Amino acid sequence: MKYLDEFRDAALAEHISASITREATSSSGYRLMEFCGGHTHAISRYGITDLLPATIRLIHGPGCPVCVLPVGRINQAVRLVRERDVILCTYADVLRVPCSGQMSLMRARSEGADVRMIYSTQNALQVARENPERQVVFFAIGFETTTPPTAVAVKQAHASGMENFSILCNHVLTPAAMQAILSARTGKMLDGFVGPAHVSTVIGSKPYERFAAEYSKAVVIAGFEPLDVMQAILMLVRQINQGRATVENEFSRAVTREGNLKAQKLVAEVFELRDAFEWRGLGSISESALKLRPEFSRFDAELKFGVDYVPVRDHKACECAAVLCGEKRPQECRIFGTVCTPENPVGSCMVSSEGACAAYYSYGRFREELT
Amino acid sequence: MKGDKRPMLRPLYSRRGRVEILHGSGGRAMAQLVAELFKVAFDNAWLEQGNDAAVLPQVSGRLVMSCDSHVVSPLFFEGGDIGCLSVHGTINDVSMMGAQPLYLTASFILEEGFPFADLERIVASMASAARDAGVSIVAGDTKVVEKGKGDGVFITTTGIGVLREGIVLSGDLAQPGDRILLSGTIGDHGMAVLSRRENLEFDAPIFSDTAPLHGLVATMLDCGARVRVLRDPTRGGLATTLNEIAQQSGVGMLLNESAIPIKKPVEAACEFLGLDPLYVANEGKLVAVCAPEDAVHLLEVMRAHPLAREAAAIGEVAEDSRRFVQMNTRLGGRRIVDWLAGEPLPRIC
Amino acid sequence: MCLAIPARIEQLIEGDSAIINLGGMRKEISLALVENIVVGDYVIVHVGYALQKLDQEEAEHTLALFAEMSRMAGLPDEEP
Repeated sequence: MKYLDEFRDAALAEHISASITREATSSSGYRLMEFCGGHTHAISRYGITDLLPATIRLIHGPGCPVCVLPVGRINQAVRLVRERDVILCTYADVLRVPCSGQMSLMRARSEGADVRMIYSTQNALQVARENPERQVVFFAIGFETTTPPTAVAVKQAHASGMENFSILCNHVLTPAAMQAILSARTGKMLDGFVGPAHVSTVIGSKPYERFAAEYSKAVVIAGFEPLDVMQAILMLVRQINQGRATVENEFSRAVTREGNLKAQKLVAEVFELRDAFEWRGLGSISESALKLRPEFSRFDAELKFGVDYVPVRDHKACECAAVLCGEKRPQECRIFGTVCTPENPVGSCMVSSEGACAAYYSYGRFREELT
Repeated sequence: MKGDKRPMLRPLYSRRGRVEILHGSGGRAMAQLVAELFKVAFDNAWLEQGNDAAVLPQVSGRLVMSCDSHVVSPLFFEGGDIGCLSVHGTINDVSMMGAQPLYLTASFILEEGFPFADLERIVASMASAARDAGVSIVAGDTKVVEKGKGDGVFITTTGIGVLREGIVLSGDLAQPGDRILLSGTIGDHGMAVLSRRENLEFDAPIFSDTAPLHGLVATMLDCGARVRVLRDPTRGGLATTLNEIAQQSGVGMLLNESAIPIKKPVEAACEFLGLDPLYVANEGKLVAVCAPEDAVHLLEVMRAHPLAREAAAIGEVAEDSRRFVQMNTRLGGRRIVDWLAGEPLPRIC
Repeated sequence: MCLAIPARIEQLIEGDSAIINLGGMRKEISLALVENIVVGDYVIVHVGYALQKLDQEEAEHTLALFAEMSRMAGLPDEEP
């Protein structure tokens, strides 16, 4: 597969690994936060840690939208589908996340609720067209990569005068999350960021420039494939060695400084900023999430069905909050691997395969046992 | 024509008809269905005799028995259907113990309204699969459930085979140092079914690999190699089968990702849908664990067989009290190939 | 939620859609988020939409970078 296979080449990996090992000589080490859930997954799935010297510590950041989705938001979706008999269309990732009352969307489905897994917002519109007598709600989650597809669907629904389609909007913003990390204690200890791949194709590299400037952190936007991640790490090491703090773009084949203006414009047409939004693990962050503009408010399922958001505290023993901002490693959580496993996930870091805990448990836990 | 007059039977089942509740009630309708469809297709003396059970001849050797239920959806897919799948599945379970499969039973749970045309296709496919494998379907059962309580048709097959002296295969016999061989490409069946379900199109379609493996097994066991374990990686894929064996034998494993064969379109479909091919079902492949000195010879023997042309040595068994199946990734790093956690939901991210 | 794959545009379809080809697999996707796409282009596909056109020249450039010689003075050159 073109543009995939070449970026997974073992010989090149060895070569980049050698360069990193040779150049990562700082005795204080390099603490790099990789922000994107997709990167977390790639690092674990390919075993990239084995190709890096011990001086490099990769910290998993909150770039997994399922992981930062508060339980209360999933409760909203579950209530909608159980109490209002809607058809809930959702991406697969969020189906198994446990929420209140020993529930999950998957469990709701097994009890008869109409929860449907879809791949694209176009599928959701199709479901609405095919079921004119039912209300269809699309559970909209995701960072800036996933928001434009939702915008397209809302606009199409609006243009065709759909009465039975609405969205439960949980779209969140990457720069806001980065800001929160940098302002927190963990932020001070970071040396650099591996910037998200596909979020950046939409928002461009510009939004990260202020982080590099204001907080003096090196940022390198990395593509999705393992060689991309390794090259980005090498570029970060070089920046840090040279005392630079700028935004560099390793994913130049898909990311420009301005990003995808057409997509940005579409999103701006349909959505506006929420004043504040609660993030699981990071607390309430201002101007970090989106809601529908007033002219599209009839597509807002929260308004339409009057299901309010009720915050829910995390399980006492769950340490997802600390893991999400890089304070703790998965294996340092008290219940990791014992009470909390992929089969029995207590928190979302363990459910989503991009969550730091699930990725480490599924792919990497052999490492810990060796030491 | 016989002398006595018999009442003319209204054709209770025809190609354009559908299954009705009365076809499962044990009455005339069911008898006619069995006679005109199942007996004709499966065509053997036991069914002809018309008893509820088959009296089988004595066999010399130990008996091996297995059963399998099939609920695949859709019922028809590239390379096969629920019919041949149900025959191959049980033949393979029996074969993995090293036994020669001989007899099958087949029980059908039909949903009211299921088209007879489809049932005929499925039964013909079963008959053909059984015939090609040299196996007879000697007894069966039919039930009909109300519309909405079934998914077209569910098929359960039971199989009996005979195991000759000296063959001992079991999942708990893998030892550190043993080699792990795989008979061919992974993920074909699962992706063929999923592609049909998701309406994915291909330049060259993905075909299910459903096949009876008893011939391949016989060749492997006859070649003198010390084979410890044979297992077919069906539901849950290669990863699940290897974890099962590691667990049973109390060992670990180390695989090489680049050695695991996979067809390009299967890889692409998995990539697109966010699925890991290691967990996708196969229905015509086997995993063999053998003594290290015999691996080269066994691999040669496998590759000479039409069902295992792409056989590969994919790893080895290791000492590991944690029973981890680990893999050297194509990139040169390492990861665990863990048990499947829940339903393999396609990742969007 | 980032899974996106690079795929080749095989055919343009009315209604702002296209058929992409990834390793022999064909799927219809939406082009609503991109512009000026022609057959033969590669795009990044995410949840059924093309998100961005892939700059093939830049891709080659990046691959070359992976194989670059060491830039640190005084160290022996790496073989690619």
